[in-house]
This record gives sequence, C-alpha cells and structure tokens, in this order.
Amino acid sequence: MKTHLSPAIRLTLVMLVLVAVIYPLVVSGIARFAPGGGSGEKVIVNGKVVGYTLIGQKFTQDRYFNSRPSALDYNAAGSAGSNKGPSNPDYLKVAQARIDTFLVHNPGVDKAQIPAELVTASGSGLDPDLSPAAAKIQVARIARVRGISPERLNQLVDEHTKGPALGLFGPSTVNVLKINVALDALK
Amino acid sequence: MNTELTGVVVTYLITLLLAIPLGKLVGKIFRGEPNAFDFMAPLERLIYRVGGIDPKLDMTWKQNLVALLTINAVWFVYAFFMLLFQDKLPLNPDGNGAMTPDLAFNTAISFMVNCDLQHYSGESGLTYLTQLGVINFLMFVSAATGMAALALVVRAFLPEKTSLSGNFYVYFTKAITRVLLPGSLIVATILAFNGTPASFAGKDQFISLQGDTVNVSRGPAAGLIAIKHLGTNGGGYFGANSAHPLENPSYATNMVELIAQVMLPIIMLFALGYLINRKRFAWTVFGVMTAGFLLLVTPTLITEFHGSPAIAHLGVAQPAGAMEGKEVRFGPLSSAYWSIATTVISTGSVNSMHDSSMALSGSMQLLGMMTNAFYGGCGVGFLNYYYYLIIAVFISGLMVGRTPELFGRKVEAREIKIASIVALLSTLLVKGGVAIAAYVLVHHPDVNWAVKPAAWLNNTGYHGFSEILYEFTSANANNGSGFEGLGDNNFFWNVSTGIVMMLGRFIPIIGPLAIAGLLADKKYVPESAGTLATDTSTFGLMTFAVIIIITALSFFPALALGPLAEYFSLK
Repeated sequence: MKTHLSPAIRLTLVMLVLVAVIYPLVVSGIARFAPGGGSGEKVIVNGKVVGYTLIGQKFTQDRYFNSRPSALDYNAAGSAGSNKGPSNPDYLKVAQARIDTFLVHNPGVDKAQIPAELVTASGSGLDPDLSPAAAKIQVARIARVRGISPERLNQLVDEHTKGPALGLFGPSTVNVLKINVALDALK
Repeated sequence: MNTELTGVVVTYLITLLLAIPLGKLVGKIFRGEPNAFDFMAPLERLIYRVGGIDPKLDMTWKQNLVALLTINAVWFVYAFFMLLFQDKLPLNPDGNGAMTPDLAFNTAISFMVNCDLQHYSGESGLTYLTQLGVINFLMFVSAATGMAALALVVRAFLPEKTSLSGNFYVYFTKAITRVLLPGSLIVATILAFNGTPASFAGKDQFISLQGDTVNVSRGPAAGLIAIKHLGTNGGGYFGANSAHPLENPSYATNMVELIAQVMLPIIMLFALGYLINRKRFAWTVFGVMTAGFLLLVTPTLITEFHGSPAIAHLGVAQPAGAMEGKEVRFGPLSSAYWSIATTVISTGSVNSMHDSSMALSGSMQLLGMMTNAFYGGCGVGFLNYYYYLIIAVFISGLMVGRTPELFGRKVEAREIKIASIVALLSTLLVKGGVAIAAYVLVHHPDVNWAVKPAAWLNNTGYHGFSEILYEFTSANANNGSGFEGLGDNNFFWNVSTGIVMMLGRFIPIIGPLAIAGLLADKKYVPESAGTLATDTSTFGLMTFAVIIIITALSFFPALALGPLAEYFSLK
C-alpha cells in the first residue's frame, strides 16, 4: 500500500489538472461560438429577455397556448418530475381534476381528443414543448379570447411545428414560448 | 413507419456501427500496438513522469489490485472533504451550502465507484467547483478504472505462461488520454452547439411572458454530461438528469447521448476479442448480451406505447403512449428504450422518470440491473459476465463429463467458489438491504432522520415497495438511477446505500481479478478435440440459461412483491 500511495496522489493531481481544469476550460472556450455563447439561448422581445428557448415556462392564461402541468410549477432554479406511480390513487385524482379544468376552459372539446400530455407532468418539470395535437386542441379557445380566426391559429401552429430530427427520427414538437411570443405579435 | 420507432432502431444500429470498428482500435491501444492516438504519447510520458510511474514495470495481479484500491481510497478522501467544505471554496456563484457528512459520504462513494446515485439535486446541492473538481473528475477516473480492470483480467486468457501482469497505471492513463478524453470532447461540443450551457455564469433571472419571475440554473454542464454518458456514469448535472431540457436539448442530442452511453461497453467487448485473438468468442458473448437486451427492451417499448391503463380509464387520448414523467421532445418510445439502455449498462442517467414508468417497464428496468451483464458498464460489464461464464463452464463441463476449462486452463474448486460468492453476494446486498429498510419503515416510522421513515415513500402499496427495491438494486448494480420519489437524503439511505455501492463495485472487480490470477498460474493445455468450445452458439445458450436461472431464482420473489403485483392489479 505504501509504495502505491505516492504515485496514487501524484497521478490524482495530474489527472485533476487534465480532466477537471483543462478539459472544462476547453469545452467552455468552444461553447463561446455556440448560440447563446454557452450560457443558454435567450428569447428577447422588444429588448427584454422573456425566457430561454429551452426552458419551458408556466402558461395558464386562456389567451396563451398552455404548457404542460409541472411538478415544480416551472421553477427553473430546480427540476423534477412528479414521480407518481401509474397506480397511485392520489395522482389519478389530480389527473382527473386537470381534465375537468381543461374541459371548463375549453368548452366543446371532446374529452377523448385531449392528449394525455396536457394532464400529465413532464420528467423535468420544465418541458418546453407540446405536440402539434396538444397545441391545436387549444386553438378554439384562443381564437375566441383573442378574436383571431382559428384558421390563422392553426396555420401558426403549423409554422411553429418542428418536424422529426432530419425528417426521420422522433416526434414533432411545438415550442410553447416561441409560439406564444408569435401569438402576441399577431395582434 | 412511426418516426419514434425509426429513431430508436436507428439509434441502436448507429451504436453498433460505431462500436464494432472502434473495438479494434481500443484493443490496439491496450496492446500497445501502433494506433491513431500515438500523438498522445508525449502527454502520457509527462503524466508518468509527474506521477512517478514506471510504465515498463510489470506488476503481479496482487500489486495491480493494491494500486487500484489505493488510488480509489485517495479519491474517496479527497472527494469527501471537498463536498464537506464546498460552501467555503470558490466558484460558487449560486451560494449553495455544504453537504452533510452522511450525504458527502454517499456522494463521494457513489461517484468513485461509477454508480452515480444522487441523493441531492445538482442545482442546489453542488457548487461549480465540486461539479467539475469532484463529479466530473471522478466520472473520468472511475470509468478508466473499470476499463483498466478489464484489461488486466483478460491477460489471463492469453496462452503465454505469464503470471498475470501488466501495469494498472498505464491502462488507466491510456483509457483517459486515448478514449475518454477525445470522445468526451466530441460529445461535449455537439451538446454545446445544441444549447447545453458550458459557461461559468451563475443563475439568471427573467420575467416570463405571463409575468412570473423565474430563476434559471446554469453552469459548466456540457463537458460533464459528455463524460457522464461515455463513461457509463450517469450522474446528472441538473436534478432531472437528461430529462432536463438544458442537459438534453433535442431528439438529436438524445440520440447522441444514447449512442455515447451504450457504445463503450460494446467497444470494450470487441476490444477484448482483439486483445486475446478470439473474435468468435467476442461475437458469442455479444450475441448472448444482445439477446438479453432485446428481451428486456421489446416489452418495455410495447407497454409504454400502449400507455397507462389508469389514464385510459379517465377517458383521454394517449396517441404517443404514456406521458407522465416523460418529455414531449423524446416521446414514450425513446424514453422506454433509454430506460432499458441505462439499466442494462450501468449508466443510470434518465430521460424520463422511472418512478412513473408503467409497472411492466419497471420490472424490466429492475431485471436489467439485477443481471447487470447485458453489455454492462464500461469494462466491468464483462467482469460481471465473467463469473456467469465461469459457472457456465463448470456446469457444462460436468454435464458432458469433461474437465471444465476456460481458454486452456482448468477451472477448479477455488475459482468456482469465488465466482459463486460474487454471484450470490449481490442477492444478499439487495434483498438484505430491502429487508432492513422495510423493517425500519414499519417498526420505527418516526425516527428523527432528515426524512422520517414514515415519509420515505412517494407512492403507496406495491409501488412503494418497488421504490425501496429499486434503490438497493441500483446501488448494488452501480447503476445510479432511481425511483426518485423515494425520500433518500437522510442518514439511513446515505449510509446503507453507500456501503452497498462500495461492495457492489469492488467485490466484482476483486473476484474476477483473483480468478484470473489463479488461472494464469496454471499450466496451459492447448485446446484439443476434447476441449469444451466456449465460442459456439450452444455454449452461448448455456451461458444465457445460467444467467437467467441465477437472476430469476435470486430476485423473482422480490419482483413479484413489487412491480409484478402492481402490473396484475392494474389490469
């Protein structure tokens, strides 16, 4: 053990310099050339930062596309899911309450058409996206509140739909913050 | 075809396409043959010189083992004190506090042993200094330790009559300079250009469109997330791990992170085939592991795609599948695939919350960790497979009436004893731990710990039992994922899982090293017509049966009480 203690300590020190000092500094240097300069890409409206592209935020007002439920109410100082198991009776009551609330705010919507993502919490609590279907089911409500035609809003959803990666892999998504910024700009 | 399914299939295929040729490269690196990374030689010479290491020194298996354990002990002491005093050290823009001693104990062990169980959340539990100087550092060196251990063990498979030797320090250094560091730089760059933060800027504050004041945690995350996957570590920079949109910004990065984490265990397998000149053997092992992987992944994909039966009862649509605990940009299928990939190999990072997975998926995730050898962690995956292999050789030898032997060396009582003890120990650690936790929960619900036992579980009934079972299984398998509803940051869980993690890591390294050392000392008998071939599909099937029987017998009762009971009660 003794003969190995000196190389152990010295090797630890040199590896600390290599992987815990040089490596992160190099990555940080490369990231300066990335969008947002390695500090996160911001969304700016009229010179004011209104959020980060990737960080979902709370939208509960009827005039906006509402985001998904969040276990931590979109407090981005942390991140968490609900961790509720699929058979948890309390959790199912919460989900039922979300469905009822949604139906109150969106009269005329057929319950069987509500995508489950609108009544279930995401893994991070900061999910920035909705599926196109979950955005479109909210169009009638927003059209009524804002006095914009549903056709125009459906078109807006289509414009903001990001297709699968390379057109081949994964789901289509709509960034909730970006579409709501565009919604405010429609007037 | 469904784009989500295509995404999963192509992700797996790209992993194989990259891993198989890279296996040969890593084999060359460990053999010391000329290779593409020879430009790293001057840096390595510098490291040896500063480290006081003679790279030409051949050490016995015992010396190598002592070297490995000593340097791990140094890391533990260093990490423990850094975490304990992180609030007084620089690079703490968010003003986060120190860890309690029991949490620092748990975290230092967790990252030293490549487990990465986290009883804290990165946003509030660590500083930028400890994220880089402790977490990011231990991720590199613990992965390199596993790779070096594998390289040392396989030398016993070579025909030359060498007493098992080699130099731990050299394998360890080369694993970092030629594999982990270059690979991590590539992955980190991809992540940074897709939106993962990599700067030292602290928390930001803004007012949202709806008028809420929101704080956003940031920091030097991209580099850490790269090695977290490449080294099959799995500890998240942020609390929500790779479900966090900054940790895993898009479906494309999700594919990259998936490929990065599954790649190295497969690379090491083919490197092994090259190291010992037995490519057919490597393919046989790969076949067994792949069969096991697919058997776990397929039912998980199907069950998540069908969605939650309880949510279906409420009458809403589940067009993509189950969505609780999952992110829209990944969807249920990629989340299902990830949940099995991360549990069969020992990463333990998550892109969805496993606690909210369907009951059947939970069983598959648990089985992945209980077996821990369907690919397995980088380096140690094969070491776990190795003791199944020894047992399979022994049993089939007895069945056909031949002397059990592996690669020209007789397998006798001592080797079998070691392999059996290692195989049985995991059962003891997992089920023993679960039993104690359940006892404390029932009989001492009000002990004055940071989280009282009565408040440990986030779910009641069968699922609550699964939360306990998952935590100990994950600790023993050096996995690190969790049913995160468990209230685990308190004295009981920090200490108990800390001990389980330590034993779950070092016993499966010491055991195979000892077996290899014993085998290498024996006389080499060239293979003949009377030798039991270990590279045939018959023998592969035999090994597979051994794995299934050992795992099923050990863990089926526990599974039946948790996720299986929940599954049948939901019908």
